[in-house]
Formats: sequence, C-alpha cells, structure tokens
Amino acid sequence: MRLLLGSLFAFAIAAAIGLGLTWMALTHGTAYGGVTIGAWTAWPKNGTPGIDPYARAIVARSGELPIGSGDGVAFYARTDDSGAPLDGRCDVALAGITPQARFWTLTLYDPEGRLVANSVQRQGFTSQEVLRKSDGSFEITISPRARPGNWLPTGGVERYLLILRLYDTPVGVATRTGKDAPMPAVARRSCP
Amino acid sequence: MIRLLLWLLGGLLLGGIVHLATVLLLPKLATQDAYARVSDMAPINAVTPVPPPTPEKAIMPFMDPAFATAVCRYDLSRGPMKFSVPVSPAYTSVSFYTRSDVAYYAINDRAAGRRVIELDLMTTAQREELPTNEEITAADRLIVASPTTTGLIVIKAFAPEPGLMAAARSALTAAQCRPQ
Repeated sequence: MRLLLGSLFAFAIAAAIGLGLTWMALTHGTAYGGVTIGAWTAWPKNGTPGIDPYARAIVARSGELPIGSGDGVAFYARTDDSGAPLDGRCDVALAGITPQARFWTLTLYDPEGRLVANSVQRQGFTSQEVLRKSDGSFEITISPRARPGNWLPTGGVERYLLILRLYDTPVGVATRTGKDAPMPAVARRSCP
Repeated sequence: MIRLLLWLLGGLLLGGIVHLATVLLLPKLATQDAYARVSDMAPINAVTPVPPPTPEKAIMPFMDPAFATAVCRYDLSRGPMKFSVPVSPAYTSVSFYTRSDVAYYAINDRAAGRRVIELDLMTTAQREELPTNEEITAADRLIVASPTTTGLIVIKAFAPEPGLMAAARSALTAAQCRPQ
C-alpha cells in the first residue's frame, strides 16, 4: 500500500514538473544561445543544423520555418529599449541604422506570427522603400494613426512584435555585440 | 518522513526525464509543423507556389511578406533530384529543410554566382555512392546532401516594393525540381 501511494505520489510530481517545465520552455521562449542587441534578439544558430532541441520544439509547435543561415538572419523585438512590451495603441519610433547586409525587411506581426490588417495594407518596410535622411539613417513611426514620413500602422492591436530580417549578411553565429551589428533604437513616444 | 522525501526526490528526477523526453519527441510528434502545413498543398517532387501571407490567411506563421515563395517537397527514396531556378532581378535564395524543419543548407544568388541556381540533391548515402574521380565534383555541379530522405526546398524571390511582386513571382515559375 505504501509502495503504491509512494509511487503514485512520485509519478504525479514527475508529470507536473516534467510537463510544466516543457510548457514553460515552449511558451515563454527560452533565450538559449541568442544574440541580444538593444531591444532585438536573434538566434542565428536556429538556421543551421546546430539548432538546439528547445528551439526545434518551439519551431515544430508554431509551424514556422527558421530562416537558413545562408539566406539571412532574423532579429525579433517584443519590447522597446526600456523593456516595455510593444503596444499597438502607442506611437513607437524605430530610428538609427542597420548592420551590413545586402538588404533588409522590417515586418510587424501579432504574437502568433500573423500579419496585422490595416487600412493601407502595409505590413512592413524593405530597405529600398524606406525614406532616409541625408546621413543614411532612417526613422519609422509605428502608430495606430497615420503619421508623416515612414509610417508603419499597428492596426491598434494590443501586442505586436517586430522582425528585422537581414539578408545576405555577415551578421550571424559569430556576432556578439552592437559594435558588430548596430541595430536601430526602439523608443516609445506617446501613449493614449 | 525520509521515505516521503525520497519519493519526492524520485519524482523530481523522473520529472526531469519527462521534460527532456517531451522536448526531444515534440518535433517528431508535431502535426502542425511547417512540413505538415505545406504537405496539404504541395505534391511530392514538384515546385508549388505558396500564396502570399495576408492578415487573414498564411500557410505558416512569420512569413516575410516582401518575398514571393515557392516550395518543393522532395522525396529522395527513388534517387537523387535536380533542382534549378533562374535568379530574379532582386534577390533569390534557396533553403533546404529536413523532414523535421531543420535548415541544413541555404544558398543565395550571389553565392551561386550565376544566372541560374542549379544543384543536385541527394541523401548522404547516395552522395557516397557517387564515383569520386569523375569531374562531377567540379565547380559546375553543386551537390547538396540531405540528412533525411524527405524534406522541403523553399525558394524565395525578393520584391523590393509591392509593385515588383509580380516579377518576383514570375521568376519562381521557372523553378524546377525533378528526379534525375
């Protein structure tokens, strides 16, 4: 009787701990082996056969395909530079320069990875589309309402994330700091 | 009391094993991974264009809307494949994924260095069977060895602005993926 109760207790603990840890690891996105520069994080190893088991499980669960390392690298931003989550009801300015690459794309997604509907059907910018200042830097205003210059609409969603993808770039597994890869600043301007 | 602590410790250890086992098994058991999503629309050993992602509908999450995309779901069990795609005016890349969505190789137009990206795809075993002293290993023939018998080739052409999407898409229509 004691043995039965004891093993039942142990199995219950094992199931709770094991499945709980797995669920936490997959939903709260482990920053395993990532490169973080300002608000941006990339996992260049995910585009290689050296992808770690946690990232493989996350990819299998979400149904996305990680960008291959010979193609490019994707930097994710879920917060601004101060660490506050990106809120689609606020004005956020993305300003600065990008690392060396043949070109880049910036895209706005909801947390599930869907594009966000808006009146002008703009889901992002490419490096060819963006209006630049004379020194080559640019500023994109991410806002629910129309803004002059580079306006990326949020559709008013509560949470969103930005992905800056660099294509044909030396940025990758060996990149460690913002010195190798200067990423644009993400700053909240105003919030209703 | 000590007995209870031992059972607790045993449970914790077993929990660690359960955690590792579920993480490692998940890619094999996932039914909604990218390969499964593509399988519904893409026949084996043929290039199929992927509809562009929209807010309402996308085959996969986190697709880049600035690209025209096509896939080839390959099966090498009957022998190697030939793949070719002419490069688009802006940028073309070809990425290879295993059956479990691991990106094992990717090449772009600049790395390929010519107007057409052309390569032979085979399994590691088929690669080893190739005669070594022939000139087939010369630079004119690029060989990609797939770790799995089945997998995905994803072909992407860049549209620098929405008006150039039609050109990017038409560049992909000439892509070919067929058994040798």
